[in-house]
Order: sequence, then C-alpha cells, then structure tokens
Amino acid sequence: MNFFHILSEIEKTDPEVFERFDSRRQVFKHLSGFGKKMTAAALPLAMGAIFNKAYGQSSSAPSVNDVLNFALKLEYLEAYFYNIGLSGDGTIGNNTTTAAQTALRAQFSTTNLSSLLKIRTDENNHVNFLRTALGNNAIAAPAVSQFDFTGGKGTNAGPFAGLFSNAALFLAVAQSLEDTGVRAYKGGAPYLASNKDILTAALNIHSVEARHASRLRTMRRGGPLNNAASGTAGAGTGASPKSWISGTDGGGASPAQTAPIYGAGSAPTYTPAGITFPAEDNVTQGATGANPGVNLQTALASLNFPAAAFSEAFDEPLDVPTVSTIARTFTITGSTLF
Amino acid sequence: MHTPSSPARMLARRSFFRVAGAGAAASALVLAGCGKDDPEPTVAGTPTLTLGSFVTTTSSDPNITVLNYAYLLEQIEAAFYDKVVATPPADLQPGELAYLTDLRDHELIHREYLKYALGTSAYDNSLSAPLVFNFSTFTLTTRTGVWTAARQLEEIGVAAYNGAAKYLTSAEHLNALGKIVSVEARHAALAREVLQPGSFADNVGTTGLDDAKTPAQIVALIQPFVPVVISTANLPTT
Repeated sequence: MNFFHILSEIEKTDPEVFERFDSRRQVFKHLSGFGKKMTAAALPLAMGAIFNKAYGQSSSAPSVNDVLNFALKLEYLEAYFYNIGLSGDGTIGNNTTTAAQTALRAQFSTTNLSSLLKIRTDENNHVNFLRTALGNNAIAAPAVSQFDFTGGKGTNAGPFAGLFSNAALFLAVAQSLEDTGVRAYKGGAPYLASNKDILTAALNIHSVEARHASRLRTMRRGGPLNNAASGTAGAGTGASPKSWISGTDGGGASPAQTAPIYGAGSAPTYTPAGITFPAEDNVTQGATGANPGVNLQTALASLNFPAAAFSEAFDEPLDVPTVSTIARTFTITGSTLF
Repeated sequence: MHTPSSPARMLARRSFFRVAGAGAAASALVLAGCGKDDPEPTVAGTPTLTLGSFVTTTSSDPNITVLNYAYLLEQIEAAFYDKVVATPPADLQPGELAYLTDLRDHELIHREYLKYALGTSAYDNSLSAPLVFNFSTFTLTTRTGVWTAARQLEEIGVAAYNGAAKYLTSAEHLNALGKIVSVEARHAALAREVLQPGSFADNVGTTGLDDAKTPAQIVALIQPFVPVVISTANLPTT
C-alpha cells in the first residue's frame, strides 16, 4: 500500500485533500513516524481514522444532539479558559483561587474583574444547561489537560504563552473565543429548527456570547485597568476593537492565529440551500434560492455611511468543520475532542 | 459624511429601491410619502396595524409575518437613532456620538435589508405615509436619557428576535435573523456599559440564558412608540 500514491490520486479529484487533513499541512509531520511505529496491519486503521476526520463530518447534516454536543465542547473550552485564569483548577464548580489567579485578577480594575467573573459564571452555566438538555447523550467532561490555551498544542509555550499572567493577552484570547462562539451558534441554528424549545435556548445562549464579546472588546479598547472603558479612553471613531466586528477586524486579536475566526468558512455538503459562510466583511445579504441577495453597500451608497458599517451590521455564521479547526488551536496534539 | 436627516434618508431609500429592482409603483408610493412635511401622518383604512394579515396573499406565511415584525422593530430603532444623531444631547461624553452614529447606521441598514427581503410584502407598502414614531416617553435631552432609551430599545430587539426565531420555517430567514440578533446583543451590552460599567449582561440569569419574549409581550412594549394600534391577532403563537 502506497499511502502517498493514494493521496496523489485523491488530489486529482479533490485538490483540497491536504487542507482537509490539516490546514497547516502538519499531516506530513504526523505521518513521518507512522511507518516506523506501526505495522502494515495497523496502517489501514490509522488511515481510516484520518479520512474519517477529513471527510466524515460532511456526510450528513448534524442532528440536534450533534449540534448541542458540539456547543457543549465549545462551552467547555470557554469555561475552562476562564476557570484556569480566574479560579479553581479549570473544572466546572471548582472556585478555589490560586496565587497565580490572584496575580492575574490584580491586573484588572474592579469592574473589569467583576465582568470577567460574570462571563466565567455564564460559561459554566452554559455547560450545565447543555448537559442538562442533553441528559444521557451529553459527552463526558473533557480533561482540562486536553486544552493548551497558549496555542502550543500541549507544550504550554505557544503564541499565547503567558496569557494567564498577562491581562491584555488574556482579554485577547477571551475575545477570540467569544467571537468564535457567536459564529458557531449562528451556524448551528438551522439544524435545531426541528425543536423550537432547543432552538430558542441556543439562541438565548448565542446572544449572551455576543454580549460577552461586546464587553471584552470595550475592556480591550480601554485597557484592563480602565473601569469605564466604554465612556473614556479610546472611545470614538478609530478606536479598536469596536464592540462589533468591523470588516474582518484586521484578523482579530492576534492575526497570525485568529484570522480564521473572522474569515470565510466552507459549506459542508449538507448545508441548507441558500446558506453560506462568508467572511465577516461580507456586505451582501438576503440571498435566497436563485436570488443572489443585495449588496447593501452598493444599494445604500447614497447614505454615505462608512463602508465598514455594512459589515458591522451583520455577524456571519461559521460551519462546524471550520469552527473545529479554530478550536483545535487550543487543544493538545492527539486530542480528538474537535 | 453622515446623512441623518429624514429627507436624505428617503432619498437614499429611493435609490435603494432602484437597485433592489422593486416596481415603479412602490417607488412612487415612497416618493408620495416624503414629498413634503406631514404634520399628521395618516394611515390608509383602519387605524389598526395588524401584523400578519395585511397582505392577503401571504398572510399565512409565518416568515413574512416575522420579517414584518422585525421590520417594524428596526424602523423604530432606526428612527430613534436618526433623531438622536440629528439632535444629540449636549452632555454626551467624548466618543459617545460616534457610538450612537454606528448604532444608527447599523439599525438603518437592518431596516433597509428587511425592506428588501420583504419586497412587496412589506406591511407599509399599503400605508399612504410612513409611520412617524413617538419617542415622547424618552428624555432625549440628556445622555443618560438617550442611553437609557437605547438600552431599552436594544433589549427589546434582542428579546424579540430570540423569541420569534422559532416561528420561522425558512432556514435562510433564520440564518438572516441570527446575523442581526447578535449585533443587537452587542449593542445592548454597549448601551448598558455606557450607563453602568459591568452591567453588560445583568439580565442574564443563573441559567446563562438571555431573554426571549413573545410577540405579544414585545408589542405591549413598543405600542407607546407606534402611532397606530398594533393588533397581535395574526402573529404566530406556536
């Protein structure tokens, strides 16, 4: 069996095959040890897992439970992040504050800290809510060690190294997680429409994530120690980040890592007709069926609004595979959570 | 750069209609409605605005009903911010007019988008003049009054969208609604922040969930702003 021959054959019909495996093409790194470590008999099994990861998710529309469990994973990601930073050992419900957490807390103004604790509480509540909604179908709580919020894949020395001791970096990662959450819930909503109560609940979580994102952005705008961030320092035109996503926000808090959070997704084959996953700078809305929609920036050009306003007025959805790729930034090598 | 005044807005709406490809009749209707000052706007026929039954051919389509509901809400928000940006209170703090201008821009874009999405099914196509909303319950001469009003309107928007989404039967319209509601939530959080730092999510309870209100609850909240009686008889309830 010649693995690379198979890949080259696939590439003829699916040029994006390498991107499907891993957008950064680290598949080759992962594969380098395969031949040595595995017997020929085990290789097909490993390949099956790889292909399942690359193509399996796009085979059929996710069920309500699939969407809720995916949301639950994202909520664990968020909750553990705030828990590790602010109190406890990361797990839900553990609130013992360590020396490192006390040191990080001290870098925020009183009001900003209370806001972060409010966000932390909300995220822990989201985990609990989704677990209750899913009942026996809920995935097991992932180990905190599955995550590496530095983006270091388990080295704890990634591009966000020091985020739990650096207030500005902490806020930057927090904004990235919340903006991702908003797009993820939006992308999942169409698959929940069969259950009106669940759809409503998911949207009620969705708008809370947007509140969080808005608040984190005022904190970043004014600085971690500025209590009245919204009314004073940096307020007004030109101050960034705005409380809403403006264009693609220049790639976000740390463009090398966070640009995909504001970029375009890719519609899996099961995506309902008319739904697309454009980047956040999209200004065309209202496409339905054969109707291409309207470029609002063009149609309303005579208003002389800033070009960015037409993208700011709408948040865009993101598909599950793209959100998974973003979420894997914060999981360790070998984790199959996302 | 901004054109907040009412005539300018109507002018813009004219060009929007052209691009959106609406018929000449619709353009004429809008033109007729903005020709001169209308001190006492009149509503054709019965002075009751019955959301959900005003277009006979599509009255049974819950998507059209919900979109019209959203359209009315966005009209109210846009009109409010238009008024505030045109005549801002003197005690606004630095940067706050820029916030309000952004909010005005977003809401006006939402309004025009929904008008586009509704096309000939927009409820006000049958009105002889645009509704003029009444904000006399607000204090618009102080920054606190303005932001309190903004907070109230944005929270109404979030709860309304969250509560009405389940009535949509079109995935595309649900998708579109989702794109708007999170921006409204970002607005609501900011309006709260300006009034009281740290209050961005004070309405979020111990479940971690935001508000969702029924159309009947929302109509009761917005009736004071609307110059005609809103009937909820044809709004979906299940």
